[in-house]
Amino acid sequence: MYAQMVKSTGTGVKSLDEMEPQERAFQERINAGDKIEPKDWMPEGYRKNLIRQIGQHAHSEIVGQLPEGNWITRAPTLERKAILLAKVQDEAGHGLYLYCAAETLGATRDELTEMLLDGRMKYSSIFNYPTLTWADMGAVGWLVDGAAIMNQVPLQRTSYGPYARAMVRICKEESFHQRQGFDIMMTMAKGTDAQKHMAQDAFNRFWGPSLMMFGPSDENSVHSAQSMAWKIKMNSNDELRQKFVDQTVPQAEYLGLTVPDENLKWNEEKGGYNFSQPDWDEFFDVLRGNGPETTERMEARNKAWDDGAWVRDGMMAHAAKKKAMKVAAE
Amino acid sequence: MGDNSLVLGHRVSEWCGIAPVLEEDIALANTALDLIGQTQLWLGLAAECEDRGRDADALAFRRDVWDFRNLLLVEQPNRDFGHTMMRQFLFDAWHSLVLAALKSSDNSEIAAIAEKSLKEVTYHLERSSDTVIALGNGTEESHKRMQAGLDRLWPYVGEMFLTDKHDLIDVAALRPAFDELTNDVLRTATLSIPTDNFTHKGGKTGARHTEHLGHMIATMQFLPRAYPDAKW
Repeated sequence: MYAQMVKSTGTGVKSLDEMEPQERAFQERINAGDKIEPKDWMPEGYRKNLIRQIGQHAHSEIVGQLPEGNWITRAPTLERKAILLAKVQDEAGHGLYLYCAAETLGATRDELTEMLLDGRMKYSSIFNYPTLTWADMGAVGWLVDGAAIMNQVPLQRTSYGPYARAMVRICKEESFHQRQGFDIMMTMAKGTDAQKHMAQDAFNRFWGPSLMMFGPSDENSVHSAQSMAWKIKMNSNDELRQKFVDQTVPQAEYLGLTVPDENLKWNEEKGGYNFSQPDWDEFFDVLRGNGPETTERMEARNKAWDDGAWVRDGMMAHAAKKKAMKVAAE
Repeated sequence: MGDNSLVLGHRVSEWCGIAPVLEEDIALANTALDLIGQTQLWLGLAAECEDRGRDADALAFRRDVWDFRNLLLVEQPNRDFGHTMMRQFLFDAWHSLVLAALKSSDNSEIAAIAEKSLKEVTYHLERSSDTVIALGNGTEESHKRMQAGLDRLWPYVGEMFLTDKHDLIDVAALRPAFDELTNDVLRTATLSIPTDNFTHKGGKTGARHTEHLGHMIATMQFLPRAYPDAKW
């Protein structure tokens, strides 16, 4: 997902009886569906875990601008150009809300940015893949945003108030993004032979990485159990992946595209599809920094930050001068 | 008007995802979006007037360099953020004056597009003025860069005020208002206005664009050119 493999600081989930009164009261509020707000007491583990998760999500929005930004200057019509620009702009906006949500937990945007740039913090594996044709703009909207929505809709009910509220707005925009992606795919899949070929090729390349977005099976993960107890993770990775496959396969059929999985088969008993696991070796390679475009993404972010330093400094210096003049005048 | 907004909108959109700070990313995308939206209106109207079965997309994606009628200023590359914002400021100042004049056009469609665009451009000008002032009067480094941007782009200012037979308004007459507006901002920004008023020309007439435009349209037009039968 946009926040993958977030490790909690806990060693396991404590029962209510094992907790100190303060922590117990906190957990009981969560169990009752209350929202935790910035000034409320919270366990340090909860705070740290949320900063990592929200920070990773924010970074994903920011790095996620790059693969789609790659096609803004080559969008084939004025309308497509405007839509794609608006979409990528939304991603920047999502980054902004999420950094603000993290700020309420005591982590500044600059601190988080530095951790992204020097590799201490991660972003979603999916944005390390290249966008090679225009159909990739369709595939990213349809599959990547589709997978993101799958995770983010439940997060609207997450226990931390500012995160949950940011998610409400983000989900509205993401569902528009997914529809625009599907619309591109539909146009391509019903277009010329070359366009159909592009659409299938994009689907082939993005199917596996999209399944990876949910993270590896977390059945036995201590971290996931703690995050679920805290309601900062609402469903298991496998549960969401299954839901995504079940939703996406009929859409692919409607588009006339072939799901690139020979083992894909409807399973009447479970009421869902059987499907192959994505290449988890590749996933862990990507997480270690060996994604096909990882170096480019980090170079681009670092360059933007370094090249922009004089602008940020200039703006700050001007603001300080203005403030000084105002003080002098008073 | 449509070519100016298309070319500048494209240039500004090149910043997507790599601006100095997140707020600037969002603001630049906004500006680019407004300009692309204006392009749809102007080129749509141009295609309608031409009445040869072309639409705004055909004009944007199927013409070559010599048919583009944009000012040389807007096809200048982004270089750094200082150049980008200086280009924006000089264009916005001109653009707002031209649109204000076109708002009173006898042609109701032109007047309507100008009126809608002017609302957006008034905001563009406010933002680019603020940025020029802040960075001109920021640090020594930011001042140096803004001055470099102004010096580099100044030879493209004069073309904006060369009136030709296609102009619906006398653009030359707008120069004093432009000078007043820009002098005020540039002075507040502590920048020196270049004294050499030499001007490059040939963008607006299409007679001689800079080499930059060809690269831009090669990128922009790639898909419709490579797959001429496709609908997108």
